[in-house]
Amino acid sequence: MKTQKLELVCPAGTPAALRAAVDAGADTVYCGFRDATNARNFPGLNFSRDELASGIDYAKAHGAQVLVALNTYPEAGNPAPWHQAVEDAADLGAHALIMADIGLLAYAAEKRPDTRRHLSVQASASNPAAINYYQETFDVKRVVLPRVLTVPEIKALNQEIDVETEVFVFGGLCVMAEGRCSLSSYATGQSPNINGVCSPASHVRYEDKGNKMVSKLGDFTINQFSQSEAAGYPTLCKGRFVTQDKASYLFEDPTSLNAAEFLPDLMEAGVTALKIEGRQRGKAYIAQVVAAFRKAADAAANNQPIPPLGLENITEGQRETTGAYNKRWQ
Amino acid sequence: MNAHLNLGPVLFNWSADTFRDFYFRMADEAPLETVFLGEVVCSKREPFFAPELPAIAERLTAAGKKVVFSTLALVMTKRERDMVQQLCEMDGVIVEANDISAVSYLQGRPHTIGPFVNIYNEGSLAVMEKQGATHISLPGELPRSSLQALAKTAKADLEVQAFGRQPLAVSARCYHARSHGLAKDSCQYVCAKDPDGMDLDTLDGDAFLAVNGIQTMSYTCANLIGELDDLQTIGIHHFRLSPHSCDMVDVTKTFEAVLKGQMETGEAVEKLNDLMDGLPFSNGYYYGQEGAKAKGMVEEFGL
Repeated sequence: MKTQKLELVCPAGTPAALRAAVDAGADTVYCGFRDATNARNFPGLNFSRDELASGIDYAKAHGAQVLVALNTYPEAGNPAPWHQAVEDAADLGAHALIMADIGLLAYAAEKRPDTRRHLSVQASASNPAAINYYQETFDVKRVVLPRVLTVPEIKALNQEIDVETEVFVFGGLCVMAEGRCSLSSYATGQSPNINGVCSPASHVRYEDKGNKMVSKLGDFTINQFSQSEAAGYPTLCKGRFVTQDKASYLFEDPTSLNAAEFLPDLMEAGVTALKIEGRQRGKAYIAQVVAAFRKAADAAANNQPIPPLGLENITEGQRETTGAYNKRWQ
Repeated sequence: MNAHLNLGPVLFNWSADTFRDFYFRMADEAPLETVFLGEVVCSKREPFFAPELPAIAERLTAAGKKVVFSTLALVMTKRERDMVQQLCEMDGVIVEANDISAVSYLQGRPHTIGPFVNIYNEGSLAVMEKQGATHISLPGELPRSSLQALAKTAKADLEVQAFGRQPLAVSARCYHARSHGLAKDSCQYVCAKDPDGMDLDTLDGDAFLAVNGIQTMSYTCANLIGELDDLQTIGIHHFRLSPHSCDMVDVTKTFEAVLKGQMETGEAVEKLNDLMDGLPFSNGYYYGQEGAKAKGMVEEFGL
């Protein structure tokens, strides 16, 4: 099932970012409502119902589609906000709903069967048996693959499933299996699954200790920096810790994903869509990254070499990784 | 008593001998109802103890314990999938699903759901029950309010982990190997060096987490012995004790004594503290706080 053209799925945390993504060549934009129903539940981010309606109109007028992420796990005893979000997103004409929770998938499949269902990366469906389960049980049309698979594994997977696959190619990178990580709540009480946040800013502190700057998350030191270093954000799994008397970035370096070089291989592996992470990013960032990946995806579709992305100004000083796509990462 | 003490699967890499001796002793001496058995963390460990499993299961069954076989939490390779499928399709055994792949193989017949499957609400609970789940071990980060809401509608038995380091994350990457400068494929099974996980400290020297192969756990030991009464009030009657290298028979007996009203909570906490060599306890998730917190432990028990 080799794809001819890779669909470019781009993030939008604000209406301005949505328009920027569409203008820069996004085939599809994904966003969420302004509450705990989505996994980027950050202050000042996301869409009201009216904003989503306008965003969908704008996207459709420019030949693009909008997906709505409802990818946290509804709170027991309080399903209403999630159910309402399904109803509203469907009423407003979302092309598909991105969900992780089995109960919410069941609700959407029963109540709004005509709105496409995508399986969120937060469901961490990493094998054909799991993916086929979601297809057979909830008629899921697409799965966003967890960031644990190599390119050959993705290719083999695509041969055993009948749903589309979407893979992350750029931006922030979970090093743990998504949706199965409670490191953040262990340190802060707030988790991706329940609250839609990881290592939330409300629990971040920087302490000036004279010759060094210490970054903390809750009660725990995540990293420290000399005066000459820029103090990075203390995302828990990108911190520096000590095991066996040795300090290291044990889980992952403070790095971000860039899998541009793998686009031809991912296309060959039968992937349908490429996903860019970053709903928390501003419109200038979105415009630049989307335009670069538009060119890269078009080049891959035409069997041409992937052009340089020209994103040095936004990734400068930041290390990049191709993550689990490369077996050596494990 | 309407409370049930169950033993979770050994999450660490113990030698086959240690593994077998541990279960034989638990079979003979520990007041347990159900024992979960099998490799949940890393498929590479399984071949070492697999030959011991039939004898262990037989000994447990003979001692009146119910045996449930647990499946892998993170299933990526074809070999891992086959391993899960074979286990799920065995006749006459009850299997605990720790990944949706296992759920897919088990639906339609009685099975149990492990804590690595995300059951956060009544909707997902209902789907699992409809597909044949009779016992569900809930994710560790759920607060009391969620447990209570789930227990209100549950037909299946609901379980929470009441003792042991808390599983917090799994990854494609092996951090034990990485800490030793090794790749996952040539890991030399270095996780066997740490029978309770490898401590991970912050740069300030504060104990924070524990590494167990591809799994990341809490440094603290979850301990809900002070919450057992309250848990039963809200409808949770199954308590999972997660194995450590300490005297787990004594741990189980301590929980039993508290459940039977034969031991005060304070004395029990002190005893568990001795058994775990002073490893700090935590219960924060239950109170909707940071999972690392130990509400009441300091004020009430001086820990």
